[in-house]
Amino acid sequence: MPQKVRVLVLRTAGTNCNVETAFAFTHGGAVVDEVHLERVFAGEVKLADYHILALPGGFSYGDDIASGRIFANELRLRLGKDIARFIDDKKLIIGICNGFQILVKAGILPGPFAPEASGQQTVTLTNNDSGKFEDRWTYLKVEGHSVWTRGLKDVIYIPVAHGEGKFIPANDQLMKALAANGQVAFRYVCADGARGGYPHNPNGAVDDVAGITDATGRILGLMPHPERHFHFTQHPFWTRLKAEGGHDRAALGDGAQIFANGINYVKENLL
Amino acid sequence: MICRIEIKDKDGIFDAAGHGVLRDIADMGVASVVDVRVVQVFILEGDFSLPDADRIARELLVDPVAQDYRITGKPVAEPFVVSSAVRSRVAEVAYNPGVMDPVETTTLKGIADMRVAGIKSVRTARQFVIGGTVSDKEFELIKDKALMNKLIQHAVKDPADSFRTVVLDRVTKAVPAVAVVPLKGLSAKKLTALAACGQLYLNANEMKAIQAHFDGKGRAPTDIELETIAQTWSEHCHHKTFRGDIRYTVKHKGKAKTELIQNLLKNTIVKATTTLNKSWCVSVFHDNAGIVKFDNEYNMCFKAETHNHPSALEPFGGANTGVGGVIRDILGTGLGAKPVCNTDIFCFAPPDFPADKLPAGVLHPKRVMKGVVSGVRDYGNKMGIPTVNGAVCFHEHFVGNPLVFCGTIGLIPKGKDKKAARKGDLVVVAGGRTGRDGIHGATFSSGELTHESEVVSSGAVQIGNPIEEKKVLDVLMQARDQGLFTALTDCGAGGLSSAVGEMGEVLGARVDLDKVPLKYQGLHYTEIWISESQERMVMAVSPSKIATLKALFASENVELAVIGTYTGTGRLELYYHAVRVCDLDMSFMHGGIPKIAKEAVWAEPRHKEPKFACPADLLPKLEEVLADYNVCSKEAIIRRYDHEVQGGSVVKPLVGPACDGPSDASVIRPRLDSKKGIAVSNGINPRFGLIDPYWMAGSVIDEAIRQIVAVGGDIPTIAILDNFCWGNPDKPDRLGGLVRAAKGCHDFAVAYATPFISGKDSFYNEYTDKGRSIAIPGTLLISAMAIVSDVAKAVTMDFKKAGSLIYAVGKTYDELGGSVYFKTFGALGNAVPQVRPAEALAAYTALAGAIRRGLVLAAHDCSEGGLAVALAEMAFAGGFGANAILGAVPFEGTARRDDTVLFSESNSRFLVEVDPSRQKAFAQAMAGVPVGLIGRVQQAPELFVYGLKDNLCLKAKVHALKETWKKPLQF
Repeated sequence: MPQKVRVLVLRTAGTNCNVETAFAFTHGGAVVDEVHLERVFAGEVKLADYHILALPGGFSYGDDIASGRIFANELRLRLGKDIARFIDDKKLIIGICNGFQILVKAGILPGPFAPEASGQQTVTLTNNDSGKFEDRWTYLKVEGHSVWTRGLKDVIYIPVAHGEGKFIPANDQLMKALAANGQVAFRYVCADGARGGYPHNPNGAVDDVAGITDATGRILGLMPHPERHFHFTQHPFWTRLKAEGGHDRAALGDGAQIFANGINYVKENLL
Repeated sequence: MICRIEIKDKDGIFDAAGHGVLRDIADMGVASVVDVRVVQVFILEGDFSLPDADRIARELLVDPVAQDYRITGKPVAEPFVVSSAVRSRVAEVAYNPGVMDPVETTTLKGIADMRVAGIKSVRTARQFVIGGTVSDKEFELIKDKALMNKLIQHAVKDPADSFRTVVLDRVTKAVPAVAVVPLKGLSAKKLTALAACGQLYLNANEMKAIQAHFDGKGRAPTDIELETIAQTWSEHCHHKTFRGDIRYTVKHKGKAKTELIQNLLKNTIVKATTTLNKSWCVSVFHDNAGIVKFDNEYNMCFKAETHNHPSALEPFGGANTGVGGVIRDILGTGLGAKPVCNTDIFCFAPPDFPADKLPAGVLHPKRVMKGVVSGVRDYGNKMGIPTVNGAVCFHEHFVGNPLVFCGTIGLIPKGKDKKAARKGDLVVVAGGRTGRDGIHGATFSSGELTHESEVVSSGAVQIGNPIEEKKVLDVLMQARDQGLFTALTDCGAGGLSSAVGEMGEVLGARVDLDKVPLKYQGLHYTEIWISESQERMVMAVSPSKIATLKALFASENVELAVIGTYTGTGRLELYYHAVRVCDLDMSFMHGGIPKIAKEAVWAEPRHKEPKFACPADLLPKLEEVLADYNVCSKEAIIRRYDHEVQGGSVVKPLVGPACDGPSDASVIRPRLDSKKGIAVSNGINPRFGLIDPYWMAGSVIDEAIRQIVAVGGDIPTIAILDNFCWGNPDKPDRLGGLVRAAKGCHDFAVAYATPFISGKDSFYNEYTDKGRSIAIPGTLLISAMAIVSDVAKAVTMDFKKAGSLIYAVGKTYDELGGSVYFKTFGALGNAVPQVRPAEALAAYTALAGAIRRGLVLAAHDCSEGGLAVALAEMAFAGGFGANAILGAVPFEGTARRDDTVLFSESNSRFLVEVDPSRQKAFAQAMAGVPVGLIGRVQQAPELFVYGLKDNLCLKAKVHALKETWKKPLQF
């Protein structure tokens, strides 16, 4: 029997996008476990048994203090070695929205991750310039060379829903290095791919950065929610597209390919 | 040691929090403030070293990229941030002792994760540096109204406070003696005074019944017994008005006709459901929410609640816990349902209400609106429940009593809809701890508000912690699936008193109040019993299952405590440290309330009928109507809600290629692997009720139904909820309107075959100021849900294609009474829209068939602003233009004018877009229904409307109309 792609969707108090994130991977044929963080701490579930670690959206621990902060510290301080090993094993990690905030605050993105080093966070995701939580659809220009973004159209359409999504690097050199290394995976743009201000960039992110990867491209974090454009009917004007013709009701949304990419990478490289 | 960690945004980082406060201050009309900076403060206390504190700051509290910090051990005169303004003032806001701040708990957890020992407590505060030349008076106003909520926070007066240990007042280890309240021999007057002084909100008759009951037992009630009865008999819990006797008099043309209605609820709302007797109604009226069939594996349930009084006092907290409360209703339906979407409807006074006209003690409606929206946003988003539907109405008379309706739909597996505690089951409370918050909420909402409410009832405001409730949700669903409890309910109004009282109504229960987990010591046993602290659920658990349940809850850090037993004695026995403090017959609690007969009078009001000639150019009027707060875009609110979490979004509240068109109903797909969906909508129109509550009821039922039809919902599956918000029902004129509305509910629910499955009422929405009572317009919200059998066939309201045909479906009548158009003339009028259910149902059924067959590109219901607004909205939502001929609109009546056809708010109408290739099929589908082909969709984004004499009565640029419509409500 062929080995299955195994995905760990990690949740804790306040995680709330685990079901649809799990669905997106399950739809692609992966075996997905939604597991509470405490069970990993207790040793009942082992990170090493999985190929993909997914950190879904939500408000882990209420985003008290700052978004993702507590979860990030727990990953670094209590599971640091396991995470480092997972990364060394060339396995995949995806963090969406709150998951991205967690990866950044744990120093896993942009990386390289060093669990023993404290205060290694080099970029942040902080309060939107609007000062508000906003749910809106954004066009994303796909850049970089991540396994997660293979085969995506140049511009994809995916929603954001957050209050703390403004990407800020510690300094300009880092920003330049990220771009030069191909670590910028997504930038907020207009429908035609041109850069635009608010609301195209919904949070004021520096250089319109919506998502980044580590240097290997195997760890992806992004503020927009690809699992919210999985079904065609999640598109905000699918009825318009349908009326204009060319709509295949079995078609999937722009975000689906990201999950398929993860599964395909595992099949090609880890099984 | 005690140390203070102060955190600010680095220079060059945009201080979003400070900017938000600056906007709030500007909204208050204080123009002297030019900038605001915020410093986050953490105060650590315990046995630790400075390097420990520094590490906590660096690794836990401070964002190294965006923030700077400093640690101090004593008061420092220089604030940590310097204002850009020449002058500035500093205010620091901290939580009152005893108030639970979730950030403190989370911080302690974070510190524990870091393995730093010795931290005993964490306190938080926020310091505001207000830049600008601010007078003392302005500064006080800013502190009171923009920086804090006085009910739970205070301005720090002495900087040395940070470095003092907080001692909770009223902390006492001694077990209080049982207090008895002698009633024997007291006169009715004295009894009433006693009730008022104890905030019991019981009337003389009720107090007398209690007196007689205890006289018969030969003893006086204890304080907690009296409180328990007051909670159980409160309007909020017992619905005395709807269940009592009403002498209803109709006065018409000098004649009066009186009828006695015994139990209004049973004779109207419930009767409709009984008459309809739908096989798909699984459980109606007796549980937290009504349950109906969804598919072969799941049922769906729906409940809408109000949280008006708390939201008037503290908009954020009130709305926040309103959402939390209705979600718990769903969690506690049957053996537990999973919430899949929220709907939130508000009524406010207009946001531009003159500040100098505000009654004393009332918050400005703009502040109320911002607070309410934030409260809903916070709870719904953090729970991960999409807020997919809503409405906002404005009327001056909501100034003292804003209305906040919160609704939730849930999915529950088949076979999990019944519950019953068994003798010997344990009483288990789970989730949040109990504190002093929310004392007297149930009784407080059963009285009118005054300018003193802010002070007297401050304890009634609850404080929400959505993450606690999310934890409860996560673990409760697992416990349900493992069959670990026999009964379940939420702790809502009345707290444990109501929850245990309801679950033990038949069996009786014994509870040890000292076993209830507390937020802090020092609560009186009565406070423990009636506290409305949030995020608590009560279960009945077999002793054989308790160990498994405990382990499960512990695995996800949810607290749980066994506090008693369901005894089978039929008595409610409460103990506090082994002393019996309460021994009540359940039968007296639930059956002893004396029936009251209230007087109700209905006399048809006559309003001034406006007389004016039809304007030749109707564009200025259309602009005025589009910019009316009741009609204009609510995008600023909708965007703040996560309406897409859970991944089931199909028809969003905002539609069209620019994602800003106003959807009718919303559609979600609650099971991602199924094509079956749920459509959810609401109908509300307080202005119609000012003319006639009967037709208001008909209109809002029709509105909720036609919105479901517009998106492609299945008509025979529509279930509805009623929420009545009214003034003081002890005043005959208010009650007369209520009776009329309830009668309307019955008649139209039966006519449309849409059963009520649950409902709720909120009375005493009146505000007394200087002896004058302001009542809200009697308001009925109808919420509707229906099945969408295939979500891929759903329809949205935006025009899709140039060249399409535009049809008007349903007849327009001369019914401008209560319309927004009349409002622009400062008039209400009298010709309120009526409902003709037979005609309407025929049209709905035909249109639903056309939608199912894919013949409809867009459909939009005509409601506030009539056909004109519907046409404009469809055009600008799609980015197309249109032409229309009013002569082709089906019309009945004598006063046929251009403005009447355009702006009448007659019910049961739609505009429908059809591809020319489907013209014949559509005509066939709609055979026998009044339909008019009124025009075409145009590529050029301009609107041309031709009047009854082929006159061009309206010409507009679609983008300009959109701007007019989008502008009013931005905040």
